[in-house]
Amino acid sequence: MSEHILEMSNIVKEFPGVRALDDVSFQVKTGEIHALVGENGAGKSTLIKVLSGVHPNGSYSGRILVDGAEQQFQQIRDSEDVGIAVIYQELALVPQMSVVENLFLGVERGKPYAIDWDTANSEAKKYLHEVNLDISPKALVRNLGIGKQQLVEIAKAIAKKARILVLDEPTAALNEQDSANLLDILRKIRAGGVSCIYISHKLNEVIEIADSVTVLRDGKTVSTHDMHGPDRLDEPRIVSLMVGRELTERFPRVEHTPGEVVLQVRNWSVQHPDDSNKMIIDNVSFDVRQGEILGVAGLMGAGRTELMMSLFGAYGKRVGGTLALRGKELDIRNPGDAIRAGLAYVTEDRKGKGLVLGMDIRHNTTLAALRAFSKFAIIDLFEEIRITEEYVQALRVKTPSIEQKVKNLSGGNQQKVVLGKWMLTQPGVLILDEPTRGIDVGAKFEIYKVMNELVAKGVCIVMISSELPEVLGMSDRVLVIHQGKINGELHWSEATQEKTMTLATGGVEK
Amino acid sequence: MTHEMTHDKTGQSSLHMLQDQLQNNMRQYAMFIALISIGVIFTVLTNGVFMSPRNLSNLLLQTSFIAILAVGMVLVIVGGHIDLSVGSIVGFTGGFAAVLQVNYGFNTVTVVILTLVLGAVIGVWQGFWIAYRAVPAFIVTLAGMLIFRGALIALTGGQTIAPLAPGFRAIGQGYIPRLFVNVDAIAGFHDLSFLIAVVAIAAYVVLEIRVRARRKSFGFTNLPIPLFIAKIVIVAAMMWFVFSIMVNYRGIPYSIMILMALVLLFVYITNNTTFGRHVYAIGGNREAALLSGINIKLKTFYIFVIMGGLSALSGLVFTARLNAATAGAGNLFELDTIAAVFIGGTSMRGGEGTIVGAIVGALVMASLNNGMGLMNVSSEYQLIVKGLILVLAVWFDTSSRSSNA
Ligand SMILES: Nc1ncnc2c1ncn2[C@@H]1O[C@H](COP(=O)(O)OP(=O)(O)OP(=O)(O)O)[C@@H](O)[C@H]1O
Ligand SMILES: [Mg+2]
Repeated sequence: MSEHILEMSNIVKEFPGVRALDDVSFQVKTGEIHALVGENGAGKSTLIKVLSGVHPNGSYSGRILVDGAEQQFQQIRDSEDVGIAVIYQELALVPQMSVVENLFLGVERGKPYAIDWDTANSEAKKYLHEVNLDISPKALVRNLGIGKQQLVEIAKAIAKKARILVLDEPTAALNEQDSANLLDILRKIRAGGVSCIYISHKLNEVIEIADSVTVLRDGKTVSTHDMHGPDRLDEPRIVSLMVGRELTERFPRVEHTPGEVVLQVRNWSVQHPDDSNKMIIDNVSFDVRQGEILGVAGLMGAGRTELMMSLFGAYGKRVGGTLALRGKELDIRNPGDAIRAGLAYVTEDRKGKGLVLGMDIRHNTTLAALRAFSKFAIIDLFEEIRITEEYVQALRVKTPSIEQKVKNLSGGNQQKVVLGKWMLTQPGVLILDEPTRGIDVGAKFEIYKVMNELVAKGVCIVMISSELPEVLGMSDRVLVIHQGKINGELHWSEATQEKTMTLATGGVEK
Repeated sequence: MTHEMTHDKTGQSSLHMLQDQLQNNMRQYAMFIALISIGVIFTVLTNGVFMSPRNLSNLLLQTSFIAILAVGMVLVIVGGHIDLSVGSIVGFTGGFAAVLQVNYGFNTVTVVILTLVLGAVIGVWQGFWIAYRAVPAFIVTLAGMLIFRGALIALTGGQTIAPLAPGFRAIGQGYIPRLFVNVDAIAGFHDLSFLIAVVAIAAYVVLEIRVRARRKSFGFTNLPIPLFIAKIVIVAAMMWFVFSIMVNYRGIPYSIMILMALVLLFVYITNNTTFGRHVYAIGGNREAALLSGINIKLKTFYIFVIMGGLSALSGLVFTARLNAATAGAGNLFELDTIAAVFIGGTSMRGGEGTIVGAIVGALVMASLNNGMGLMNVSSEYQLIVKGLILVLAVWFDTSSRSSNA
């Protein structure tokens, strides 16, 4: 047995117009956590898809060795058979099924044709215990929070006796607590001799947990570093290796001078979807001023997304409250009304709600703003191309052409397309829900700069974010939401992580 | 921008590009290949009768009423719905038209207008339930299939209603007139049709060249020149083949003129209008379309009104062709239409599909009907064959999609 459980050498993978992997070599030692970092579109996910058989043998060149034996995966099944399990950012659980059903899906316990539920349940308890999950195996997956679902996925991989566990941006959608928990589990798994490949844009986590780090840039391996050895990396070093230059500032803070009130929300209440006696948004009032960034902090499930979606006319049943834009009270019944009034909402769920994946970049970019360059419902196709090109360049979307289908873009580049789509509607109020989720450090910085530019032009921005440094680094004011109510407001100069967390967990400001 | 970077990569060689093209457009080529192989098979099996000018002209006439339905069905399926009622609506609207003319003596123009209005009203009815009452289209149109078949039988008392005025018959049987050449000639050179063919082909070539120039000015990748010329030549040749059938035999039928106008109109609608774009977005991702401010209900409603109107148009053409309305008219047209749309590359899951593809699909289905008719295959076996073809077409669709995911 060799020191390396996995060796991938000289991998080249091309798509029409893109060389996604260009002679990548990558080795994972037995029982280590190996982080894979790189900018959006660097080729991380593609490398994993080559490893897992999503891109079958023959569609790429290069060699894959597991335990020194060459592998030629034709399909996902083949890679699973040698102990490779991949957890993608989009979870692959069946929400309507219970935890135990999901755990053993396809490998049901018991005799052929008849599932032995007692065995299944007791085994499930064991695996759930291994990932520190204290839930009943019979709980329905859809009733679990996203952090717990993530852990169920890991338990599922353990149940399959995975020896190489791959996690592609597992913590992108998790809050800090769930992320920390997940990292703990990974350590535990590592202690059991399982190797992990860990992809993340959260570099502090990478530093915290990785034994080795490999940096990819433009489809090439830049370097691999032993994090316990002399060439260990710190965060600035990783960033400079990723983007190829130094990046000193994280948040480009600009002094804004907030003007008149643009958006005024008063006593906003929205019914809970499952229980008409409860309010999911309870009597919320706030203002947003011209030329400011209002941060919205809170825990997962506090109701931040629901609040903004309901203002946008896309969520739930409003039972009370008013919304006024520049002093004019509005009755927004659907997103169409909201867009016409000058609101824009960048959703946190880009694949589910933000993009039409089968359409190309151009059609996605213009979807919410078609009216602006069409006359009598006839689209000016050339104007459409021109404008899309402009936004693609301004946001530096990495793509061979604007005719590329968005499902072929890397995650971060998809996010940029969604941003461009809503900037194009020329909104007066831009609501951003987790705008930098899955975006690399360099691109984050660019997005922050774009936000500042918009604010300078007089747009006001409302930004929901679960990344506290981002909220604190970019906002002029921070609203903290707890269980559907505003539990406090902090000016940026007084806002700290501790204060914000206290408010977010229902505490009172001292 | 990454344009420079990708230009030198994609500009590698024509051969590489051809490979990419073939891989990416497998789906489109497959349907032409299917069409050509069906043609060859039937030509052999019928000792050449299938390829005779008379039969091919007949085949085009048979294609027209399914193709008219297929144009609308593309919108329905791209929008994420289905319409099972089109066959019954064809029968009902055709019966309505025949009753108006035969029993009440209405002139042809009035009959045509009233029938199209009836089709649209039926579309309003079904669209209302689907769009505004959220009853799945499958159910609403399944009900419509029963309702309008019943309505047809009630209307005609199960009798055949005939004959129609010559002007009405011309919609389904007539040909555009000649300009100069001998008026009575049945076969032989048809000058006006020839003119139309030349104009159409020239327009196509000019359009392709202009699009190419514009794409170039935007820095988009284009086919290498030799491939580009090859493509134009092949498409023009295919267009000429289709037109030559009509130029050499009686000329272009009115129903084909109607179809060509519809195709142009709907290609334009799908590519250049906000409505078309919205339909694709709704079918591609309903949630994203909703959040983009698209009025999904209204667009869905429009889709079904259009489908109703086109069903009535198809009903007119079909009734005119038979010169009669019967209780069985339009039976199983929904099958031919839906099959045509899927063969033409429209995705089962919505969001993807083209009008031109559906027309080719309609040709495939009409060729099957026509060829099996020539071979005197009995109707029960025709059903079996068509059913199998439908399964194969959708299987091909799903498998070719999952493999390049
Ligand atoms: N199926 C595909 N067809 C065409 N291009 C693709 C396809 N999949 C990936 N690409 C391209 O390959 C490159 C690498 O993409 P990949 O998804 O591996 O990036 P990534 O490193 O995971 O980025 P991110 O951090 O944004 O997730 C990108 O330029 C992307 O557009
Ligand atoms: Mg990725």
